[in-house]
Amino acid sequence: MTTLRAEPLTARSMGTHHDRVDGPEKVTGRAPYAAEHADPASPPVAAWMVTSTVARGRVLRVDASAAVEHPGVLRVLDHESAPRLADTEDEELAVLQDDRVRFRGQVVALVLADTAEAAREGARLVRVHYAEEPHEAAYDASTATYSPEGVNAGHETDWADGDLEAARGTTGAVVVEGDYSTPHEFNSPMEPHAAVVSWDGTTLTMWDSTQAVHAVARTLAPMLGLDPAQVRVAAPYVGGGFGSKGLPHAPEMVAALAALAVGTDDPGRRVRLVTTRQQMFALAGYRTATRSAVRLVAEPDGTLLSVEHDATSQTSRFKEFAEQTATAARMMYAAPARRTTHRVAGLDVNVPSWMRAPGEMPGMFALEVAMDELAVATGVDPVTLRERNEPATDPETGKPWNERRLVECLVRGAERFGWADRPTAPRATRDGDWWVGTGVAAATYPTLYMPGNEARIETLDDGRYAVSIGAVDIGTGARTVLKQISADALGVDPAAVEVHVGDTDLPFATVAGGSAGTASWGTAIAAAVQQHRADHGAHPEVGTHTTAGAEPYPDMEGHSLHSFGATFAEVRVHAWTGELRVSRMVGVYSVGRVINPTTSRSQLLGGMVMGISGALHEDGHRDPRFGHVVTQDLATYHVAAHADIGDLQVEWLDEVDELATPMGGRGIGEIGIVGTAASVANAAWHATGVRVRDLPLTADAFLDLPPLS
Amino acid sequence: MKELTYVRATDAAEAVAAVSGDEHATFLGGGTNLVDHLKLGITTPTTLVDVSRLATDEIDPVDGPSGPVLRIGAGVRNSDLAAHPLLRSRWPAVVRALLAGASGQIRHQATTGGNLLQRTRCVYFQDVTTPCNKREPGSGCSALEGYGRYNSLLGASDDCVAVHPSDLAVALVAVDAVVVVLGPDGERRVPVADLHRLPGSHPEQDTVLAHGELVTAVELPMTELTRRSTYVKTRDRASYAFALVSVAVAVDLAEDGTLTDLRIAWGGAAHKPWRAEAAEAVLRGQVPTEDLVRQAVDAELRDARPGPDNAYKVAMLRGATALALRDVTAPLAEGASA
Repeated sequence: MTTLRAEPLTARSMGTHHDRVDGPEKVTGRAPYAAEHADPASPPVAAWMVTSTVARGRVLRVDASAAVEHPGVLRVLDHESAPRLADTEDEELAVLQDDRVRFRGQVVALVLADTAEAAREGARLVRVHYAEEPHEAAYDASTATYSPEGVNAGHETDWADGDLEAARGTTGAVVVEGDYSTPHEFNSPMEPHAAVVSWDGTTLTMWDSTQAVHAVARTLAPMLGLDPAQVRVAAPYVGGGFGSKGLPHAPEMVAALAALAVGTDDPGRRVRLVTTRQQMFALAGYRTATRSAVRLVAEPDGTLLSVEHDATSQTSRFKEFAEQTATAARMMYAAPARRTTHRVAGLDVNVPSWMRAPGEMPGMFALEVAMDELAVATGVDPVTLRERNEPATDPETGKPWNERRLVECLVRGAERFGWADRPTAPRATRDGDWWVGTGVAAATYPTLYMPGNEARIETLDDGRYAVSIGAVDIGTGARTVLKQISADALGVDPAAVEVHVGDTDLPFATVAGGSAGTASWGTAIAAAVQQHRADHGAHPEVGTHTTAGAEPYPDMEGHSLHSFGATFAEVRVHAWTGELRVSRMVGVYSVGRVINPTTSRSQLLGGMVMGISGALHEDGHRDPRFGHVVTQDLATYHVAAHADIGDLQVEWLDEVDELATPMGGRGIGEIGIVGTAASVANAAWHATGVRVRDLPLTADAFLDLPPLS
Repeated sequence: MKELTYVRATDAAEAVAAVSGDEHATFLGGGTNLVDHLKLGITTPTTLVDVSRLATDEIDPVDGPSGPVLRIGAGVRNSDLAAHPLLRSRWPAVVRALLAGASGQIRHQATTGGNLLQRTRCVYFQDVTTPCNKREPGSGCSALEGYGRYNSLLGASDDCVAVHPSDLAVALVAVDAVVVVLGPDGERRVPVADLHRLPGSHPEQDTVLAHGELVTAVELPMTELTRRSTYVKTRDRASYAFALVSVAVAVDLAEDGTLTDLRIAWGGAAHKPWRAEAAEAVLRGQVPTEDLVRQAVDAELRDARPGPDNAYKVAMLRGATALALRDVTAPLAEGASA
């Protein structure tokens, strides 16, 4: 494989509106999603998961006698009868391989039937006998005691710099400290995890709902004892992921095992597995609850002397995922001294995983509410306070920034929002039955780059090109922006480019995640086009093609690469009932060049909506007695409804960041959610004088408002 | 799949005969609650008797046994009921309660009778892997020591702390509505206030209806009291959520602002729509002020047993009750709302 250094692109289509290329297919129902890949002539075998009703123990016996008698039920797989895996080290994915029950909701049997209805009833009829063992599923500060070797995204567990004792001992210093918490949160994309899989004796073919087709193949293949080339994964359309489909989870392995079992007798017969909404809460990853102890010490004018952020979270005992809650505090503000730590509770619970802006979302909630408390304690305007603590270089690495334009985001946001008109005191504005307040928070997200991407460029007739890459469009508009990037790389009109994505038959691509999809894939496309031109000239013959990848592009050595933003929220709190509404929000972001203003606006707005949802509603309640999350459907796990979303405005600074990508853009998938909940909490304080440090903010915190101190 | 017998009844008597003669049969109305239960395994009937196509979708003023009433067929869809001009002018609390419930799509499907007979949304009732006395008598109450945000304040037992989820039922209690019930032995009338039970030691029984009894209509007495009525609902999001608490009020008001008569009913407070008669007694004959509303609510909550997760409902009921009364009377004295 050729790899070369991609050169910056000249923007022609990039930066302009382009209709979503798959919009018509989607809105007319013609875009096939994973579960819809069924051959009408040969309906797929339906698979239904039976999940554990104890949190820890052993499966003594799976009694499928009643289930297999049920009409339409073909067979029931359990830990004794399911196909054996070659590798069982990953205990989340090694389903049906042993009798251990590691968490409540774990897959303990699988019913295969002619129809989904028969499979579901069969699953109800399976009797699982357990030897139950005492479990531990309660997460609190006392159980979060161990230090992970590292935290998510490769960050160090603990990091400290400077003299904290000196900061705390500074005469006249203002100290703000508080404990902040965020609950278990669930990605719950509209399309649940689903797959249609077949095994013909040679190749496992999988239509999957995933953010990373190649990662699924490369993860599952060795566990199944197959060569990665024997596993084809396709995800032409995906109904949202938000991180939950970034890594393969148990349902994908269940579907693969079912296909192996079925395909051994009936080669090529498809098996379909669709996860129920309730099963999603146990089997599809989630954002762990977090606790943050934050202490800020500052000069009386708000200049920070120290930042301390000690975070805890919980994870499963059998597979670790440690949320990097405190990492933003390492680089966000200038302070001579700082300390960040992560401690984790290992419990008999399902495995947490990625959810939109892991780390930054809960961490910046804590830090940005603490900053608001410091603004109050020092009497410094919250925007000014953040300006005052701007670091000239990255406090964590000492490197210069690519472009740290946080202050411009704050200033522009303040202008658009009308921040200057704001009374300083809380509980100062009343509109009818509602207390009204405003709040601000900063946002940040690192610029990530995923190496190894490759793209294939082929010359078609009439000056057209096909660009192929095994990336996935999970609904973000990736197909559309890759078309624009390809067009600019090739120097042609976007209409002259066909983009093919979503299949492991296409060149290797990394996950649609970490706000790094477009950046990493686009860089590979830019490099592959350069190689295609080098191989075949400016006027290539029809049929000529080149596959190439990019050398790592971003200047990570020379610079600290981050995006920044600021959200301003107006919150109304009902004086009689305590209910909250976010009536208005402005988000201003510095994210490099925006490739497509239409799809990008949706990404940023979507992040803000999800941030409001996290601020006001989302609350996964794990019942420690049972071990599972009992708010396990969308009637009891509330996400924002249309009526919860008011006037949202989003804009971005005009910029081109060629230190980050040849396109000049950085990622936009996550930053919209970062800081959003803090801006809402800060506005709620301004409206009422009540400081809430725990998400979600619910009405009960704002009843019987105490006298203002 | 699970085999079910589906019967489409042609008249109410046939439907009653079909269900009362078969302990595993149940009525199917709009299906917005029952179909969920079938999928989740909460209930496992063998026969569904569809009553959604009976001719019970009329709304007519008629003479009832105790005077003129508006008779609402049990099959009237929630959306049609909420849009009815007579309801909108004379029973605003009922219309507001309907529109505060569910979503547009569900209101279009759900029936008047089914709305009243919907079952609790307690998370443990809906999760067949956990104990629940309402779902499986004798298995225990998981909510008592569990997720308690929605638990009842009043009238609960050690066997059940669930709340009734209907908005409509709360408003109907405040307007003295009566359900018309057809059973194997004929017709009877039950005030909505007496339709639902407290859980006691039999939380599996939501209502006083016997198996096979069918709600055929709801009757609203034509009184002046209901013209000044409203419904206030608080919830964890702005729409499409069950009540944390709700308040229906209907008042008769003298020229000087005195409450000559009133009804107060609470939702989200108990296993049934809770008629707040002690609160009414404090306020009847008085001009409501913030202090008086507080006294009234506190009188009603004298026997409340709040837990750590639902204690907020006390203050929320106070605020919501005051707000509802404010909306149907002259504004309360200055400062009452702060």
